[in-house]
Parts: sequence; structure tokens; C-alpha cells
Amino acid sequence: MRVLILAKEGERSEAATPPTPAAMAEYQRFNEELVKAGVVVGAGRLSPSSQGKRVQFDGKKRRVIDGPFAESKELVAGYWLWQVRSMDEALEWLKRAPYDGGTFEVREVSMHEGV
Amino acid sequence: MTGGAPASEAHRAIEAVWRIEAARLIARLARLVGDIGTAEELAQDALVAALEQWPASGVPERPGPWLMATARHRATDLIRRRRTLERKYEELGRDADRDPAGQEFDSAVEEDVGDDLLGLMFMACHPVLSTDARVALTLRVLGGLTTEEIARGFLTPVPSIAQRIVRAKRTLTEAHVRFEVPVGSDRAARLASVLEVIYLIFNEGYSATAGEDWVRPELCEEAMRLGRILVALAPDESEVHGLVALMELHASRLHARVGPSGEPVLLLEQDRSRWDRLLVGRGLAGLERATRLSGGMGPYALQAAIAACHARAATANETDWPRIVALYDALAQLAPSPVIELNRAVAVGMAFGPSAGLDVVDALVDEPSLKAYHLLPAVRGDLLRKLGRFDEAGDEFTRAALLTENARERELLQRRAAECART
Repeated sequence: MRVLILAKEGERSEAATPPTPAAMAEYQRFNEELVKAGVVVGAGRLSPSSQGKRVQFDGKKRRVIDGPFAESKELVAGYWLWQVRSMDEALEWLKRAPYDGGTFEVREVSMHEGV
Repeated sequence: MTGGAPASEAHRAIEAVWRIEAARLIARLARLVGDIGTAEELAQDALVAALEQWPASGVPERPGPWLMATARHRATDLIRRRRTLERKYEELGRDADRDPAGQEFDSAVEEDVGDDLLGLMFMACHPVLSTDARVALTLRVLGGLTTEEIARGFLTPVPSIAQRIVRAKRTLTEAHVRFEVPVGSDRAARLASVLEVIYLIFNEGYSATAGEDWVRPELCEEAMRLGRILVALAPDESEVHGLVALMELHASRLHARVGPSGEPVLLLEQDRSRWDRLLVGRGLAGLERATRLSGGMGPYALQAAIAACHARAATANETDWPRIVALYDALAQLAPSPVIELNRAVAVGMAFGPSAGLDVVDALVDEPSLKAYHLLPAVRGDLLRKLGRFDEAGDEFTRAALLTENARERELLQRRAAECART
């Protein structure tokens, strides 16, 4: 199964300062382990929400809202796409990630039916 | 154990840890003790210890090192016992000049496990084993699959798979196959054997040779995972990238090649909007790496390049068939085989018309290795149908339907035969 990991790093999702080199190295080590295990099929880091936009749909109307967005707990700082055998395996991997804050969300990518 | 909620939760966690750690654990142990059978037993011992302790104590913070430490204790005991035995033999005047595995033991524990995994792959896929044995052993020790799961994947009775694995381990021991990462001229042949095993696993999932299901995606995923691991371990090998690209490009169509009621949908009739763009993108990038690494393309990269021609065409009509023919020509030179020739016939038929394709197929009709291959009459039937020779085409589809062992494919071929009869 394919899962999407949404890294909701809380306040840090918005931080303009990059992580320390030590934290970076630790993250890279973890990511490398994932790649070596054949788990990662996609990954990306997002810019702060101040550079983001939202489009709100209301019937036929579309309204564009500029960032930054307020609900910092829900803000996504990055994502992974993992190919794993089960949700349990995804959780087991995720628990090993070198983070000391935030809430990470794991969602299965269900197959898109022919559109 | 009562099987209450916390215990079963722990069991699921242990199962997940096992899937993650099994290959690394067995690989490291195999290097230490020298054979897969013992390594697997030691790893299993550690798993049993986890099953006994973790439901009560909780999963440790670093489960991998926990399992390794536990297995290592047992390995030390074992090596000590072996040494005592060797010493006893020595006292009896028997020669015991073999290097005891214990010397490098301590330093090995902290090292990178990468080479160990590679060594395990080479050992499990050793040419001394039959293809079936290599496949089963690889899924078992590198995929961390249970015997039951392997049996299910290959629609083979559990005892047969168990037997196959036991015999494979014995064969490796008897043939004194060493745990090593081969170098030099040996390496290419040994690597080819590893790639072959991975591709076999993939293909069994991609077009199941037997049974009710047309595809078994779990096997494809398992194969791609093994391939990706190999890419990380041997990043300079062009054909490894080629194979992974090939698998990803094919797998991108997995969901499109099954219809609503489980029936096969042929490539040119697939709804391309259902192709998995992530896998297409990965496959194309992998193919590029394969090409960059080698200058020329090996057999897997060539097949990936063919798959890429389909992936790049937005509609079936836009397919670059002349290029596909050229790639098949190159493939036929590099790795000639009747099956490749048959595929080439399909491409020639699409590029230069059905009668040109039929010429290529007709040259294959007496090929002994294709005698029972259902795709020979299926391809021939298709070309004949396009030429308006419906009676002959119908006969070919009927023949193909009798030859295939996959129920879904049989239905498709019977339907095509019936269509020819009606026209």
C-alpha cells in the first residue's frame, strides 16, 4: 500500500530559520535508511504558508486567500510517499523519525478510480 | 497469551518490526556464521524472544538493535560451541584450520549493514540453486515473508514451499557457497541471477501464470521493493536501474489492466488516465540513470525503454512503434530469445502492418520452446484478425485459450475467439 505522511511540525512549519546542521544530518540519516529499505517513493519539503495560497469554493464562486495561515498546528511542513506492506509498518518506520515535536499524519493513498 | 487488545497490538507491531528488520538481521548473522540456514534460525530465535517479551514490556525504543543483540548472544553461544567442537576434533587429530567466524565478530556488529544485505542477495540467488528455490529463498530471507505468504503468492501448497526452502539451504551448505559480494568477472553473472529472480517475482504478480486473479499486485510491490533496495546497494550498476525502471513502468499500468469485474484489459485499450503517474515518473528517471551509467543499454534498460515509449504516448495512437521495433531489434541482438522475437512481431505488426508482423510470427511457429506458450497463438490470432482472416484467427484464439492456465486470460481469449466467429 502507498501512504502519504503529512509532517505537521507545528510552529516549526513556519520557521524561516533552517534546522541546525546536526538535526539536518540526523534527518538525512533517517531518510537514507528509508531509501535503502526501498520504502520512499516520493518526498518534498514545503515553503512556509506565508508564500502559500488557498482557493475557497462556494458554489460557483472562487476566492483566493493569501497566506500565512493561522492554524499552525495543522500546517504541513513536508510530505513523504511511502510504499509499505501495512499501516503498522508505516507507523513502525515513522516512530523512528528524528523529531521531538509536532504531529505526523499517516493516510493511505486509495487508488483513484478512472476519472 | 489471551489475545486481548494490547497483546494483539503488540503482535502487529512485532510483525511490522520483523518485516523491517528481518533481512538486515539475517544478512548480518549470515556473514557472522557463514550460512543462511543458521542465520535464519538465530533471527527466528530473536523473534520468538520478542514475541515473549514485548507484549508485556512494550516494543523497545530501538527494536532493530534489540533483535540484533539478542540474536548475537545466541550466535556467540553457537560459535563457542562450534569452536569447542573444532578443538575436540583437533584433539582427535582432525584438521581444523578453518578460520573461526568469531574473530571479526565484534567489529562487524556496528558496521554498515549494506554489504551484508548485498551478500545475502547474492547467496540466496546463487546459480547453484534452481530458479524456484532462488525465488522462494529470496522472498523468505530478504522479503521477510512467511512460508504461507510465499505459498499464497505462487499458488503452491505450503509444504512444497517449505521443502523448497529447506532444500535450498541444504544445497548452499553442501556446495560450500560462500557469503560474499562477488567482484570481477564473476560479478556480472551473479548479478544477472539476482536480477532474474527479482524480475520473476515481479512477473508472477504482473501476469499471474495461473489461478483466478489476473494480477497479484503484492508480488509486484515485493519485487519493486527488492529492486529499490538493490539500487541503493549497487547504485553504479546500470542494469539494476534498468530493471527497477522496467518494473515501475509496467506497474504504473497495474490498475488500468484490470477491468471492473477482474478481466484483463490489453495495453492499447487501457484508460491511460488510470496509469500511475508517480511510477511513470520514477520509471522514466530510472531509465535515464541506467542509460547515463552505461552508455549503451542492457537488456533490462532496453525493455524499460520500450515500456517508456508506451508511457510517453498520451493515447495508443501516438505510440512510436518504429522506435519500439528498433529497440526490440537491439534487444534481439543482445539477448536473443523466442519470446522477445514474438514481442518484436507485435511491434512490427503495429509499425509496418499486420502482414509484416505475421511474417515474423510465422517464423516462430515451429519453435519448440514456444510449443505450449499461449501468447504465440494469441499474437498470431490478433494479426490474422487484422488481416480479415477471421476463421484462422478464431482457431488461434481458441488454441491460446486452451494453453493458458490463468482463468481470467482464458475468458478473454474465448471471447476474442467468439468475436471472430461472429464476424
